[in-house]
Amino acid sequence: MHIPDGYLSPQTYIPFYAVSVAFLGIAVKKIKKELSAKQVPYLAMAAAFSFLIQMFNIPIPGGTTGHAVGAGIIALLLGPWTAVVAVSVVLIIQAFVFGDGGITAIGANCFNMAVVMPFVAFWTFNVMKGPSQRGPRFIAAAFLSGYVGLTAAALSTAFMFGIQPIIASGPDGRPLYAPYPLSIAIPVMALEHLLLFSIVEGVVTVMLMRYFLKHESTLVYSMREVSCEKI
Amino acid sequence: MKKFEKKLWLGLFIMALLSPLGIILPEKFNAEDAWGEWGLDALEKLLGYVPEGLKKTADIWIAPIPDYNFGGDGALMPAKILSYIVSGIIGIILTSVIMLIIFKILFKNEK
Repeated sequence: MHIPDGYLSPQTYIPFYAVSVAFLGIAVKKIKKELSAKQVPYLAMAAAFSFLIQMFNIPIPGGTTGHAVGAGIIALLLGPWTAVVAVSVVLIIQAFVFGDGGITAIGANCFNMAVVMPFVAFWTFNVMKGPSQRGPRFIAAAFLSGYVGLTAAALSTAFMFGIQPIIASGPDGRPLYAPYPLSIAIPVMALEHLLLFSIVEGVVTVMLMRYFLKHESTLVYSMREVSCEKI
Repeated sequence: MKKFEKKLWLGLFIMALLSPLGIILPEKFNAEDAWGEWGLDALEKLLGYVPEGLKKTADIWIAPIPDYNFGGDGALMPAKILSYIVSGIIGIILTSVIMLIIFKILFKNEK
């Protein structure tokens, strides 16, 4: 899901730089209000976790690979705005140090994995879990939050790829950037995620959610929201 | 450091040690690049040409550790595995140090 350099036209990657910088600015302000210095070590761990989980490439036999991102569980444990910053930091390091994702595409990649994904995951979780605080409904909500979150990020990425042939083609009619149209990019990216990668993301989300609820439930941001609403 | 925090850091370190699964499994199952992340050679094979604009910007940045691999394209699997683990540890250090710096500054006025 890391768009490399050259796949997006400047008309696409420049606006997404602006959008992602704006989200980062808001995120820093929100975090200052909502979190405290005590949580700083967890913010650091969240970014390290997202970096590492993305290294576990999952193969589709004879086909492509994909991976979980971890932005969903970070949003549930530390809030969606924390996930914006943590995953953006990861994506910037991946691009500059490891060549994973393009330098020009950092804004676009941050938008997909560090903005779309944590917010979709967070909303999905809150809608699906309803009033439940544990039990099967709660676990299902955690799974779906990762599952829907990663799939949304994949769709957003596919959309960026798919509009390139519409935006720019050379005098010979060939596309200048990402070559495949929406009619290919969307189904391919949607299916590989719906059938495999997003399931892994959902399972990872459930496992970590259970672990934190058992050992350090006061940390869990999405649960704290519930108790705040009750008061 | 709290005991719980120590445990989590240890968990992250173990993840780095296990991370080579992320290159071994794709190799075993004959899976290639992620969709939409092909290099120029792979694109040439797929399409029969490389889009003009793409060719111009594809190599705009030379990463110090491309593909989490110190050994270059010719590296053997054991070298790649070692590179991958080291990359994971570098990743832990870089991400957490940057996060610590950002948030130490942000929460500077708090105790």
